[in-house]
Amino acid sequence: MPASTTPPATPILPRVNRRLRRMRWPAVVPFFAFLAVCFGIPAGTLAYQAFMVVDPATGESSPGLDNVSTALSGAYATGLLGSVRLSLLTAVLATVLGAVIAQAVVNSRRSALRKAIVSASGVFANFSGAPLAFAFIATLGTTGTVTRLLDLSRTGFSLYTFTGLVLAYLYFMVPLMVVTILPALDGIRVQWREAAASCGATRGQFWRHVGLPVLTPSLLGGAVLMFGTAFASHATAAVMTGSSVPLITIQIANALSGNVLVGQENLALAMSLNMVVIALLVIAVQIPLQRRSNRWLA
Amino acid sequence: MTSNAPIAKRRTAPDATGVPVTLRGVRRAFGRTTALDGLDLDFAPGELVALLGPSGCGKTTALRILAGFETADEGEVLMDGEDVADVPANRRDIGMVFQSYSLFPNMTAAENVGYGMRVRGAGRRERRERAAELLALVGLPGREGHYPHQLSGGQQQRVALARALAVRPRVLLFDEPLSALDAKVRLQLREEIRRIQLESGITTVFVTHDQEEALSLADRVAVMRDGRLEQCAPPAELYARPATPFVAEFVGTMNRIPGTVRGGGEVEALGRRLPVHGSAPAEGTEVDVLLRPEEIAVRAAADGTATVQVATFLGGLTRLGLRTEAGLEVKADLPSREAAALAPGARCTLVPHDGAVLVADRSAAG
Ligand SMILES: Nc1ncnc2c1ncn2[C@@H]1O[C@H](COP(=O)(O)OP(=O)(O)OP(=O)(O)O)[C@@H](O)[C@H]1O
Ligand SMILES: [Mg+2]
Repeated sequence: MPASTTPPATPILPRVNRRLRRMRWPAVVPFFAFLAVCFGIPAGTLAYQAFMVVDPATGESSPGLDNVSTALSGAYATGLLGSVRLSLLTAVLATVLGAVIAQAVVNSRRSALRKAIVSASGVFANFSGAPLAFAFIATLGTTGTVTRLLDLSRTGFSLYTFTGLVLAYLYFMVPLMVVTILPALDGIRVQWREAAASCGATRGQFWRHVGLPVLTPSLLGGAVLMFGTAFASHATAAVMTGSSVPLITIQIANALSGNVLVGQENLALAMSLNMVVIALLVIAVQIPLQRRSNRWLA
Repeated sequence: MTSNAPIAKRRTAPDATGVPVTLRGVRRAFGRTTALDGLDLDFAPGELVALLGPSGCGKTTALRILAGFETADEGEVLMDGEDVADVPANRRDIGMVFQSYSLFPNMTAAENVGYGMRVRGAGRRERRERAAELLALVGLPGREGHYPHQLSGGQQQRVALARALAVRPRVLLFDEPLSALDAKVRLQLREEIRRIQLESGITTVFVTHDQEEALSLADRVAVMRDGRLEQCAPPAELYARPATPFVAEFVGTMNRIPGTVRGGGEVEALGRRLPVHGSAPAEGTEVDVLLRPEEIAVRAAADGTATVQVATFLGGLTRLGLRTEAGLEVKADLPSREAAALAPGARCTLVPHDGAVLVADRSAAG
């Protein structure tokens, strides 16, 4: 082939330019517009108001850090910490339990069982809030049927505690994890398992060297989602434990409705800002993980 | 890597490095489907046997039973004389290459190849060296650091082959490893698989539904049908002396020509009496006589009973598509220099060769 017929080298564009072209930017304009309106404006207002201190005497507001520092101290710090603790614990438990149950479903290869579990999980994953709280109170509350049947009060068990909340949260989080992680588990190909076996690997070695590394991004992604779900939950805890277990969502609600003290709206916003920051941190962890797992499981 | 021949030379006496493998009376049913119905097969040490047959005949099931991924309901699997029924897949010293997507996606090519050694406790350095050596052997030098998603389908299959070889298996199993690749890559890789198999002398079972692949690659081809073995023979024998009408029609091109059984083990077809191969059905039975295109001579004749429909030039040979006055379609091959007089529309007579012929039930005619 004569040299003159070789195709011209592609022009070297600046990196930014290339990246923009790859994004096909006109297509993403509506998305960013949506993001700006539905997330940017409220978040901006939130942040602005959180840094405005209202003088109780004059009613005038001026910029200041009072709200933010209050939101991070005393009872409010306890609430934030309580929420993080509850969310972390339930996220870890739900991730592990959900993944194990989902893997059992995948292993069984019974399509009827699978369909039943997927639809049931879909229902239970949405069974949260007041109905769930009442269901738990009716079964595991002080005079609940199971409590009396098993005489649970003698063991010192009480539903209206941190442990009780963990149980109630898991009730909808585990099914949510099952439906979330199933596609990723389906992506673990039988050929990988068999190829590993023919290389001499045991079942455990396969999971350690191939299965879990491939699933890690999805599992972490699922855990992040679980964390977010638990962190933002309000109604279940509000009905079940009221203010007896300090959680940030309940404190925000109290501050907003003036249950405890009037004129604390901006404090509520400062607390919300804390939640937004934590949510953003969580999303920042999730996005790169998701990208990696998509590439492997494609 | 010395051979540049288009396809490596077939050996008649295999090396002694491979082990003998035997399937004896193997049965396997899935619910009401019987995948294997008493399969008997012997593989000589170092031999490459292709399992050929229509879809669903049990090829993959047989391979998976050899690999230990599936268990037989009945029958024995012997490797090197030892019954492996109780040996799990990861202890069988098997190298397996799947149809596609079998590489570990979280490992580089070199890590994939070295995985069997890693499991066996080999050191990092040893693994790296052997992986590099094997990747070079399969024609992928310098790709050690590539992840599977960065490799083409053909390259992935090369890595899978290297991974299967890395553990120095006693038996190599292939399940349609080339069927997801395009024609050119398929031919190339087929030749390399054969070259490497000959060099290593590992007993190999190669499942395919592509008869050309089976015939060009294997020492012997085992034709399966409905979970049973029809015939296992070297390619040339399979073609020239098929044991059953099924094999005759499955391998190569075959004409079915109506005939009537006559006395003395003969059958009458195309106006001639031909000896029947094997035992002939009762006299007077209407049968189909099986004749290869090259077993029918075509003579130009103005008063002939057949007409040339199409003539396809194939180099030295020309294949004629003919139609008789009775409406029978027949294919015949003849040397191209003789075909000049037989342009489409020409009338001719058909003369079957003199050798023994196979006959099949008329009812099975398609
Ligand atoms: N795990 C299974 N469960 C149920 N039926 C199965 C299973 N594996 C195989 N079969 C059935 O057993 C029969 C043989 O299947 P097998 O996969 O061995 O065929 P094959 O010769 O490899 O076909 P193909 O050329 O299509 O790959 C088929 O009828 C198939 O449906
Ligand atoms: Mg198959």
